[in-house]
Order: sequence, then C-alpha cells, then structure tokens
Amino acid sequence: MNFSTDFEKYIARLADSNMIMGQRLSELCSKGPYLEQDIAISNIALDYLGQASMLYELLKKAGGDKHSVDDYVFYRNERNYYNLLLVEQDNGHFGKTMAKIFLYSTYQKILYSYLSKSTNDDIKAIALKSIKEVNYHFKHSRAWVLRLGDGTKESKIKIQESIDELWRFTGEIFESDDVENNLISENIITASNTFYPQWSKIVKETLQEALLTEPENVVMLTGGKKGLHTEKLGFMLAEMQYLPRTYPNAKW
Amino acid sequence: MPNSIFEDKINKDLKIEPRDEMPDGYRSHLIRQMSQHAHSEIIGMQPEGNWITRAPSLRSKMILLAKVQDEAGHGLYLYSACETLGITREQMIEELQTGKAKYSSIFNYPTLTWADIGAIGWLVDGAAIVNQVSLQKTSYGPYSRAMIKICKEESFHQRQGYEIICTLAKGTDEQKQMAQDALNRWWWPSIMMFGPHDKDSNRSEKALNWKIKRESNDSLRQSFINKTVPQAELIGLKVPDEKLKWNEKTNHYDFGDIDWEEFWNVVNGKGLCNKERIEHHKKAHNEGEWVREAAVAYSEKKLNKKVA
Repeated sequence: MNFSTDFEKYIARLADSNMIMGQRLSELCSKGPYLEQDIAISNIALDYLGQASMLYELLKKAGGDKHSVDDYVFYRNERNYYNLLLVEQDNGHFGKTMAKIFLYSTYQKILYSYLSKSTNDDIKAIALKSIKEVNYHFKHSRAWVLRLGDGTKESKIKIQESIDELWRFTGEIFESDDVENNLISENIITASNTFYPQWSKIVKETLQEALLTEPENVVMLTGGKKGLHTEKLGFMLAEMQYLPRTYPNAKW
Repeated sequence: MPNSIFEDKINKDLKIEPRDEMPDGYRSHLIRQMSQHAHSEIIGMQPEGNWITRAPSLRSKMILLAKVQDEAGHGLYLYSACETLGITREQMIEELQTGKAKYSSIFNYPTLTWADIGAIGWLVDGAAIVNQVSLQKTSYGPYSRAMIKICKEESFHQRQGYEIICTLAKGTDEQKQMAQDALNRWWWPSIMMFGPHDKDSNRSEKALNWKIKRESNDSLRQSFINKTVPQAELIGLKVPDEKLKWNEKTNHYDFGDIDWEEFWNVVNGKGLCNKERIEHHKKAHNEGEWVREAAVAYSEKKLNKKVA
C-alpha cells in the first residue's frame, strides 16, 4: 500500500504515531502502579487510538475510499509504517512511560494548536477535538515528571534515566522534508521544524522545576517518517496484526 | 440485637448506611462479599486485557480497552464502597495477594482465542448482571448504589460480547468453530459462577435474612440459563449440555449435573491460571511501589513548603 500524495503521506505519519503510541500504552492495562493510574493510562491510550482512528478515516477519504481503516492498520508492514521512533519504544517502568507521554504530548500540543488553524476543514476539526485530550495528557504526564523528579532518590534517578534514554528519539519530531513543503505553502500544515523552540522551552522549564537535567550533546536518531524503524516495531506489528492476517477472508 | 434499629430497617426494606449500627456478622459478611466482588473486577482485567494488543480491528481494540478500563473503574468503586465498612484498600489488596480473600473463579480460566473475549462478555458478564441486578436491592446502601451504577455498564458489555460472538457465528467456518469452542469452554464455568447449590451453600441463609443477598444461587442460575440458551440457539451455537431441555411444566430449562469437583479445584487454586493471576497482580503492585513512595514524598514536600 503506497501513498501517492504528500497529503496522504503526512496524515499517515500522524495517524501511525498515534496508533503505535496507543498500542504501546494499551499493553499496560492491568499493570499500573495503582488502580487510578491504571485507569488513567488506559484513558490516554484510548485517546491516542481515537485520534488514530479519525486520522485513518481522513486517509481513507483522501485515498478515494479504496482502503478501509483496518487495511491501513493491519495490512502495512514495518517499512510502510511512518510513526516516530519515540512512540515505538518499550513502555519500560512507569517513569519511562510518563516521560514518553510527556515528550510526545508536549509536541502534540503544539502540533494541534497549529493544525487547528489549517485551511483543511477535516484536519482542523480533528485538531480541535484532539487538542483537548492532549492538554490532559500533557498535564498528567508533566505532573508525574515533577513528582518523580522531586519525589524520592530512586524516583529521581529513574525519571532522569528515562529522559536521557528517550532524548535521542526527540530530534526527528522536528525534521521537515519534501512531504511537508507543498502542504505548508497551501497553509494546510505548519512545518515541523518550527515547533522546536516552543517544545524546547516547555520541556526545559519542566525539567528545571522537576530538578532534572536536560540531556546535552545527544546524537539524534531518525528514520520513522521514512519508514526506517528500530527493531521494536516489527514485534509490535506482528502481535497487533496476526489475527486479520491469519484469517484473511474473515470479517470481525 | 433484638428489635434493634438495624432489624427494623431490614424489615422495612430500608438501606443500612455506613454510620448505622450493624451486627458484626453483617459487617464481616459484606466485607467478604464486596471485597471479593471488587477483586473479581480487578483480576478479571487480566484475561480480557490479554487480547487488547491482538484485537482484530481498531474498533474492537478500542471497545475492549474501554471495557477493561470500565472493569477497573468498577473495582475502584467497589473498593471505595467497601472502605465504608472500616477496611482499607491496602488491607484488601493484601488479603487478595495472600489468598485470604477470593475472587470469582471464572477468571482462572485462560482466554485462548479472540472468541473468548466474546464469550466472556456474553456469558461471564451476562451471569454477573443477573447477580448484580438482584444485588441492586441489597440492604447495604453503598453496595446497592454501586450495583445500580455498575449494572448499566455491564449490560453494555454483555451486548458487546454477544456482538463479537454473533459476528463469529455468522463468519467463516473457522470463525464459527472458534465461537463454538469458546461456548464449550466457558458455558459450565459461567453457570458455576452462581456458586454451590442452595442446599450446599452454608452462608446463603444468613445473607438472605439480612437481605444482603436477595435471591438464592439456584434461582439466579436458572434465570441466567433461561435467558442465555435462546441467545445461543438464535445464532446457531450449541450449548454443551446433553441434558439441556425446555420444561413446559416448570417453565424453565432443565440442565445437566455441574462438575463441582472442577469448581472446588479451581476455587482452591488448582485452575490453569490461578497462580498467574495473583503473580501478575503482585508484580504490578511491587513494581509500582517506588511510584507510590515518590508520590507520597512529593506531596509531603509540597505540604511542608506550604506550612513553612
């Protein structure tokens, strides 16, 4: 399944990142540190899956209804998934999970605030709906970064290690390429590389408040937007897609 | 407590509230039953959660995740209701993990295929609803209100489960087999959910007198069977009971003998997943300890700052 237009390629990136983020977080159901947090994480996972669903619907429309939402989810392979590398990383412990949600939702907050001014009505509507959810993800995960950073000795070490570990996956969030160019000129989207100053400011302030150190001189990894992933994604897709692929004639 | 306010209230079908006087036996029976109910919601998240990452469509994934999240919410609600009786959630969790408190044995069976997710919704939630609808009239106020709230969501789950089974039963041959196989495996454990026969249930009589329980195990079981058999027939599935037959005289289905040996084996820890379920719960709980400690430490620091 190849995407012929830049619009489809761009939407696929957003949809896939939410899909994989939601899929990853859904692994944590029944594994939370206590019940309220279990519920909160499932809630956040559901929001991401819901956003993915809306974006795949838009993709379906853009592709002339040739494919269903589930075709996009279940019948594309590793090299045709365009999610960010950050979201496919393991959940790890609770601190790593919260660090990941924090880094991602900070970006999404900015992304959707721009997309809510898009000249494309569909994108605008999705962004307006999603931004409310993302504000909650941001608040929730930020509060945990603060709690863990200024909690116990152990929690401080754990959350710092998580930020350090995930940092190398944040660079590609702000990479712009040819796919974005035409869409930017039509005011459909805003260039990803313009998000960085805002993102950096919010993250810096939060880390400071949490008594944490911002990682320095980190070599950034990239590839997700072009379908070049870490080894984690293949296993995720294998698990996620096995049932429809095992019974290709079945409807669910 | 002869002619006490408590008895008076019970006789008049009024609710007992947390601050009311109540016999120790009433309190301890409720703690046992309500905490068991809460634990069942929580342990029940595991067999269903087992399929969230493998759900065959995005829609079914979201429905299942939302459902399991609902169960967590029910657990939370029931723990809180139970805390009004003077036990803490920490104590209840400890009793669950040490085996002192039980949870519904049905969750010690494994979910082997996607059809099991349908079967759990249809049969297990279906059985739970029959029980919970009856418990809406239970004499303890917080429990009764919890049941009213929970029943609304459970009946939604039951329909979703039945929808999964219907889709499979109308699907390819392999899907039909999957659905039938799930019914075969989940039918008997589901009807065992109502507990031992009335004549063998030693706690039932007291609970009925106190109006904690409003209907007997056998009567609840019978109404579940009456309701569910036609649903199976409607979609061409066969209930795995050769003795199952509609009885014109009693207006009920007659059914075969329940294998109580299996029931007690699973209750007493010899089921396929007893060990895994508790290990899973302990693991999550233990791995979350540093998080809980950090949250307490942080809020104490903030409080001290405010005081200073």
